[in-house]
Amino acid sequence: MEFLTHTLPNGLEIVAECAPEAYSTALGFIVKTGSRDETDEVAGVSHFLEHMAFKGTATRSADDVNRELDEIGSHGNAATSEETTVFYAPVLPEYQSRATEILADILRPSLREADFETEKKVIVEEIQMYEDQPPFGADEKCRAAFFGDHPLGRSVLGTVASIEALPVSAMRDYFRRRYAPGNIVLAAAGRVDFDRLVADCQRACGAWETVDCRRVVEPPRPRSGFQRLTRESAVQQYILQMSPGPTSDDEDRYAAKVLAVILGDDSGSRLYWDLVDPGIAEVADLGHIEYLGAGAFITQIACAPEDAEEVYQRAMQVYRTAHDEGITPAELQQAKNKVRSQLVLSSERPARRMFNVGGDWVYRREYRSLQNDLDLIASIGLDEVTEVLNRYSLLDGTALSIGP
Amino acid sequence: MTSPILSHTFPNGLVLVAQPMQWLQSAAFSFLVPAGCIHEPAARSGLSSLVCEMTLRGAGPRDNRQFVVDLDNLGVEHHAAVSAARMSYGGATLAENLPAALAIFADVLQRPRLPEEELEACRQTTLQNLRAVEDEPSEKAMIELRRRFYPDPWGRSSLGEQAALEAAGLDEIRAFVSRQFRPQGTILGVAGRVEWEPLKDLVGRLFGGWQPGDDATFEEHAAPGGYLHLPYDSAQTHIGIAYASVPYRHEDYFRAWGAAGALGGGMSSRLFTEVRERRGLCYSVYASYHTLLDRAGVFCYAGSSAQRAQETLDVTLGELVRLARGIESGELDRLKARIKTELVMQQESGFSRASSIAREWYHISRARALEELQGIIDGLTCDDINNYLAANPPGDFTIVTVGPEALRT
Repeated sequence: MEFLTHTLPNGLEIVAECAPEAYSTALGFIVKTGSRDETDEVAGVSHFLEHMAFKGTATRSADDVNRELDEIGSHGNAATSEETTVFYAPVLPEYQSRATEILADILRPSLREADFETEKKVIVEEIQMYEDQPPFGADEKCRAAFFGDHPLGRSVLGTVASIEALPVSAMRDYFRRRYAPGNIVLAAAGRVDFDRLVADCQRACGAWETVDCRRVVEPPRPRSGFQRLTRESAVQQYILQMSPGPTSDDEDRYAAKVLAVILGDDSGSRLYWDLVDPGIAEVADLGHIEYLGAGAFITQIACAPEDAEEVYQRAMQVYRTAHDEGITPAELQQAKNKVRSQLVLSSERPARRMFNVGGDWVYRREYRSLQNDLDLIASIGLDEVTEVLNRYSLLDGTALSIGP
Repeated sequence: MTSPILSHTFPNGLVLVAQPMQWLQSAAFSFLVPAGCIHEPAARSGLSSLVCEMTLRGAGPRDNRQFVVDLDNLGVEHHAAVSAARMSYGGATLAENLPAALAIFADVLQRPRLPEEELEACRQTTLQNLRAVEDEPSEKAMIELRRRFYPDPWGRSSLGEQAALEAAGLDEIRAFVSRQFRPQGTILGVAGRVEWEPLKDLVGRLFGGWQPGDDATFEEHAAPGGYLHLPYDSAQTHIGIAYASVPYRHEDYFRAWGAAGALGGGMSSRLFTEVRERRGLCYSVYASYHTLLDRAGVFCYAGSSAQRAQETLDVTLGELVRLARGIESGELDRLKARIKTELVMQQESGFSRASSIAREWYHISRARALEELQGIIDGLTCDDINNYLAANPPGDFTIVTVGPEALRT
């Protein structure tokens, strides 16, 4: 296993964890742009632009893009979040060059107006699809309430109104400002021919013009409160809560993840025993999410509407007890065993390693091998977890409940 | 680098099928037990899910809590599910922990405690799952589609019905387990960093004393078919369409499967191209192949905002009918590329191989090596597929819609 990096003259960075014995190669272009880089006028443009990348380039029609990605057997896709837009393709090693070339090409989409108008309809369908699915958009609403007017509170999807009103010129302008080579990292993992990757990337991306796309990162001022939204047709009640947690460069983010497993994993955790095992709640999970300069613990609950108040109070009691009395050595060991196994299992897929290696580089400009992560998890003691409990209150957050 | 598949049938009927994959650090298992929801009494729809939940609440020397704690400490990622024909228990963990994990599941299958004190909690859990699907109109549409497409009991949903779940008693749960949990018909797939001989000995020790039972019988009732609309207060109308195809063990299977792949698998498939890319009617549209032992169907889904749903249904049906005219070589080539990638990547996951070889054994009483499957796929021609399509054009559609308004079919 070897970690290699290279920076093109125009600033585009290439990072790869090369495992010569792997069966496949995973490639991903990570663009450091997302909903936090938007304004009200272009709400949802990052995600919409991700769709438009597949709608054709100077040399490819939309059909060509889809057809050629299928020709290399790629189950490739793309994803947009608050902070990144990723275009990725896990492929057989023999297709590394073609995959690099196609992915690089779609990062220079034509953004033709006719395609833009057709794709608008698909985006509207996607928004409506999520409106029909639990938690009915409450995840984005909860994030908005938690972060307030901080850019991390912005919706990734946008609204039907913001998408319908978006002119193609605004997308072209956003594209020019955000998809510059210095704002892009090409990450690779698995059986990677690194020299070829660099040469292919230089050929495909070397002429891209440099633009300054630095992002101003202001610390958020998270809010607390409780909101209720009514959705009469819903059968279950869904509750989300966000409270402050370690950021993407805080050392205690690993301890935070272990704490989330102890308190709120989907099996064997305190929330599990208190709420899910007895059948009181369908779901009661705690997770940790990290951003640049911000972080949060997220609680998710689904239960019968008539039990919602009790379930929520019991979840808060679980947190109160943890803050007051801490956790036990046996719980810590159980969580560490579980996380260790999860890390090993998931890392067997190059696609997962690509996301980890790329994420570590984009967020912290560091490389961490699987072994580094396993060692760090093994070293976490009760003190570190207690420190997280002392520093961040799981009770002091923004909660949102949606249902009948 | 691939590896052979090994199998052994124990005297009591239990089948062990395994693929050693020494390049992994992990090992995975997949148990298929002949205890699916087709074996539920008609008035106890959902009993199998309740049984599944109860078997995970303590077994052998472990009570409910110790069971979960031990699996967590062994780092076993596990799950259980109920389908029409089978109850399945699967898991994966670090290779050195596989024997201990298998020992725990040996208790689950042969010595579940089925504790009375857990019954109400399990009942509530299954009722929660049933309620949750009411909030997922797309899933609701596909569940209802299976129910109308397959003859009962094959089309049943294992989620069950509220009244039946509320009425089911401990004696019925215990009776279901003693009737359906038996070695003949049970298949254990294992893949990952394992040695065959020690594995075979271990499984022999863990399951050798399991006594065979009687084979179950049940009655079949004709499928309703046709069109059903379920009114639902949603932004989108969720459309499910199914047509008959051939099951996995049929000689035409790979031809039929290839045709379905051209129709609705991948980003350049016909449904994706015509419904989403050209017309922007949908975000989600696909076709997937579903096979039981001796019947099968192609299930299509499209979700479209209510005012555009009629056009989506019309365009989708148009593509289904057009498929009978045949596919082109480019479509087949892309399908082959995708499948080749999928097959190779299966070797990166013990769990994926363990469940594939167990499933394949269920269908054809053997499991093919990846090279053999690759050979079959490589050998597929457009003529094969088109001859199949000409003789078996998609038609006689079963349709279910969930949304504000019914559609014209």
